Amino acid sequence: MSAPDTSAGKTFRIGDRVFSSVATASGAFVVALIAAIGIFLLIRAVPALQVNQVNFLFSRAWNTANPSDLSFGIIDLAWITVASSIVALVIAMPISCGIALFLTQYAPRGLARPFAYIVDLLAAVPSVIYGLWGYLVLGPVLKPVAVWLNQNLGWIPIFADGNAPTNSGANVFTAGIVLAVMILPTITGVSREVFSRTPTIHIEGALALGATQWEVVRTTVFPFGRNGFIGGSMLGLGRALGETVALTIILSMSTAPPNYSIFDAGATFASKIALGSGEFNNNLQVGAYISAGLVLFIITFAVNAIARWIENTSGKGKA
Amino acid sequence: MRTDTADVEQLATPPAFQRIGFARKFKNNLATTLFAAAFVVAVIPLLWVLWTLLERGLRPVLSANWWTHSFRGLLPNDFGGGIYHALMGTLLQGLVCVVISVPLGIMVGIYLIEYGRESRFARIATFMVDILSGLPSIVAGLFIYALWITTLGFTRSGFAVALALVLLMLPVVVRVTETMLLIVPDELREASYALGVPKWKTILRIVLPTALSGILTGVMLGLARVLGETAPLLILVGYSNAISFNLFDGEMASLPLVIYMERSTATVAGDYRMWGAALTLVLVIMLINLVASLLSKLFAIKTK
Repeated sequence: MSAPDTSAGKTFRIGDRVFSSVATASGAFVVALIAAIGIFLLIRAVPALQVNQVNFLFSRAWNTANPSDLSFGIIDLAWITVASSIVALVIAMPISCGIALFLTQYAPRGLARPFAYIVDLLAAVPSVIYGLWGYLVLGPVLKPVAVWLNQNLGWIPIFADGNAPTNSGANVFTAGIVLAVMILPTITGVSREVFSRTPTIHIEGALALGATQWEVVRTTVFPFGRNGFIGGSMLGLGRALGETVALTIILSMSTAPPNYSIFDAGATFASKIALGSGEFNNNLQVGAYISAGLVLFIITFAVNAIARWIENTSGKGKA
Repeated sequence: MRTDTADVEQLATPPAFQRIGFARKFKNNLATTLFAAAFVVAVIPLLWVLWTLLERGLRPVLSANWWTHSFRGLLPNDFGGGIYHALMGTLLQGLVCVVISVPLGIMVGIYLIEYGRESRFARIATFMVDILSGLPSIVAGLFIYALWITTLGFTRSGFAVALALVLLMLPVVVRVTETMLLIVPDELREASYALGVPKWKTILRIVLPTALSGILTGVMLGLARVLGETAPLLILVGYSNAISFNLFDGEMASLPLVIYMERSTATVAGDYRMWGAALTLVLVIMLINLVASLLSKLFAIKTK
């Protein structure tokens, strides 16, 4: 239902022309902006990639100190990035789902809103503060848990010894938990939205058949919102992949190559760039970091696009 | 041995209300407990972080010099000094970010709702706003670095940071403008058109003022979020421990940058300043959020 169109009138209105042009240009600007981000990162990445001595995708090297002899690869960055995000998702997904169901189906009407606001407050805390808290407060508390996991489940490769001391707290395990806290509000927000849109008639139908509250949730609410929940989790994943400062603070302790364990430390795409800012003196050196940034941009673009797509298909045709 | 009559009797009088079996009851209670526990689990880190901030940051924040002095001339082991330089840097960068992103974001929102509705291009623009809202802050920083510093030849500065913050704030402003414009009743627009008011004047004089309080609330919330961003700061501006109001040249402090920099001093006094800055940042964010909720309460939109 669009607003009535007045431009059909005979009077020529210069104001309308100008205003609609400015508005349309602003819309075009946003589209151009995303394109510009991709293009500028690409332009700056290519010269560095051309002089790169090693395979960019599969090398474990990162030597960018000498601009005339660059060798950099992203495989280790990719591992730390993906591992910390996966740990975060494994923890955050069930909790977020539980919170969203609690807020939409269980919490008393009057309290649902303030409770949701409390969860949203988690998103208001800046990531640098989560980084400090994770490194200085949470890390030490988690040490015994990490050591226990390592000692008892160490035969599973991901719980084996990492490249950082297990009892240091500066590892993907701690980072993943901090990331989980940071993406909780994102996943919860989207899930809450879709769960609350479950058609009342479905819920009443299930109740009329004698279902318990849990059975109502299992048979109507969750299936209805499943896609939205998955979409929201992907949005959370996008956020986790791009998180910079918290991970820079928690993980920057080790420079040894990772052992593909959750007790590794090191750098993610984002934290590598943040840590490398000291080397930003020369276009080629910056180009190496921009190459990593370009990969991160492409990954987050894809993850966010898929997330929105899933989210938009959620609950349609069922109501 | 069962008799036929007993069988028939049983069938004829089924109990009207069957008791819920133990297993079902147990599962139901277990689920309720787990869902409530999930909420509690989320509250724990929030309270824990806030407690940590208060415990470690309250002393510096309450000290006399904190709000009026900078860290200039302070040795790593010196206590004292204040956050004034970083507070000013944060507020200046935030101001520039608002000045650029708010008009732009509102115009994009107006395009999407008042002009582009449902058109193919508007759908592409909406998608791009979604993508922008998921843009990692470090990528925003790198883009500004590639554009503003490498390509256009400017130096690292507070202004470059503000530009990166614009990228992060823009989608927030667009989203909230869209939502608020959709709430404005069409009757208002129709009444205005009926009086012969052109569309652009209707939007500027009728639609926007009606939606303005909601938009302002959203702007404040967006601002509170971007002021805590640290990643772009690390690559776009140098840290200075002195007061600087120069956005276009030289080093400039801001609250997140102070936190990040003081972390590396590894002294007791550095910790003192770091947690002080962290609490200050959260206080600033809380204050902005408070203003936002006041705005929304004072000028709540009346749809009926």
